[in-house]
Amino acid sequence: MTLRRLAGFVGKAAVIGLLAFFLIGPLANLLLWSVAERWYTPYKLPVTYGLRYWEIVFRPTGDAMGSLMTSIAIALLVVVVALAVSVPAGYALARLRLPWRTAIMIAFLLPQAFPSIAVYINVARVFYGLGLTGTITGVVLVHAAHALVYSVWITTAAFAAVDRDLELAARNIGASPLHTFATVTLPLAAPGIMASAIFVFLESLDEFTGTFFVGVPQVTTLPLLLYNASMGGNYQIASITALILLVPSVAFMLVIERFLRADVLAKVGR
Amino acid sequence: MSEPSKMRPDPPALGLLLVAPALGMVLALFVYPFCLSIASAFTGPDGFPSRANFLKAFELYSTDILFTLLIVISATVLTALAAIAIAGTLTLSASPWLVALLKALYRWPLFIPFIVAAQCMRTFLARNGLMNNTLVSLGLLDPAMAQSFLDWRGIIITFVWKQTPFVALLLAGAMASLDRATIEAARNLGAGRVRVLVEIVIPQVAPTLMVGLVLSFVTMLSVLSVPMMVAGSQPTMLTVDMAFRINAYGDYPVANALGVISYLMTAVAAWLYLRHSLRAEGGRP
Repeated sequence: MTLRRLAGFVGKAAVIGLLAFFLIGPLANLLLWSVAERWYTPYKLPVTYGLRYWEIVFRPTGDAMGSLMTSIAIALLVVVVALAVSVPAGYALARLRLPWRTAIMIAFLLPQAFPSIAVYINVARVFYGLGLTGTITGVVLVHAAHALVYSVWITTAAFAAVDRDLELAARNIGASPLHTFATVTLPLAAPGIMASAIFVFLESLDEFTGTFFVGVPQVTTLPLLLYNASMGGNYQIASITALILLVPSVAFMLVIERFLRADVLAKVGR
Repeated sequence: MSEPSKMRPDPPALGLLLVAPALGMVLALFVYPFCLSIASAFTGPDGFPSRANFLKAFELYSTDILFTLLIVISATVLTALAAIAIAGTLTLSASPWLVALLKALYRWPLFIPFIVAAQCMRTFLARNGLMNNTLVSLGLLDPAMAQSFLDWRGIIITFVWKQTPFVALLLAGAMASLDRATIEAARNLGAGRVRVLVEIVIPQVAPTLMVGLVLSFVTMLSVLSVPMMVAGSQPTMLTVDMAFRINAYGDYPVANALGVISYLMTAVAAWLYLRHSLRAEGGRP
């Protein structure tokens, strides 16, 4: 019996070990490349370690800092555009009488429900005629349309989770509908709206395909820089860029639970 | 819950007005280009409706069409098996240390962008990548036998690596909300854990599993960075072929025909999902 238990323990430990190897291994390889100054074939580990490539990436005049700034500027603009259209839409979907409500909700899911490459190709073609290819505006519009499902669905859930009695109380003591919205509804929905902003920001920051077709060659975001460095065989620059992209993803996911409360989460997509 | 009384009913036009800008963005930036891609795919060089683009697409890329199907179907099946194994262990395992370790481990790839996953795998799965090097160092692999996985197999590995945590997270959530009484009853009657998982747990979480798998399937058909960065050689996926048709030849009609073929693959997946969920609805008392 004890022998069987021991065998069971060893078996489980082996499976977990194998899983850990496949989950952590690729990330470990990325970290190694980011600090490898020289690493070539017969050697299983880097020949010399150092931070030379970090210095190249973070040099203020380097491509990477430019791409980082471009990426952040685009992501912030995408958040502004997406929220500007989603806050009114979310309020209407949560609170107002609306014909074809289900169809409208599904419409925002469409850009994520079909393989997007052929769509991006044609967006790029239309944008070319409008002079929008290779511009920040063009990239922002493409990112925002793709991210609308997050901003609309989450803001709708956030407004739906606001207690209606509080709004009615404000109206009863004489506040106008607009005043009620600005002083009661909007502040109460703010954490949910913040959560949707975080999702939109990350979606834009990590977006590759749309930028690849609409932004090139003038707009180089971090994912484009990563791609170019990697295809050019410069694994150090590619790995460091990848690590930079990982920081906001992991950080935001660690704090998202503070913004996205369970009562809002339960209403997403309804 | 009763509908609270309103001061005055708001006009339906107000709601539509507030939704209009957001809806307009989807129409202009998704629906319109989507229709354009279909129209372009079915238009011949003379401007008349034709299937010439599809014939050319099949002639040039039939291998890649098959490989795209092979890659996304096997990646979806493997994702399902891995996610069921992880979620099932989290729900049914009697070893607290195993559950704790698994919980800490399995979610990592979820937060990692596809392009970062692609770069990780591009180094990890290479002939001299960390995977082969570790196996050689442990004496499990003869250095002469080491081979690169940077082809269609690498694409499948990357997709499974990236999508399994997502499906497992959905499944573990669904399994956690199941009624434990039936599970305990089956265990008391002597059913093994695997049997409980297959016969009692999985049928109850099947709708959640299907949602996760359909979303993963569409995602795999859309991602361009993974096939471009992980597999440098032929055969490859339709996404790469579309990008190539545009960047190398400016050949919109054939690229759009390939696009329509990938829409059809999604449509079949969606149809299977709807059929399954409708049947589940109909089977309910």
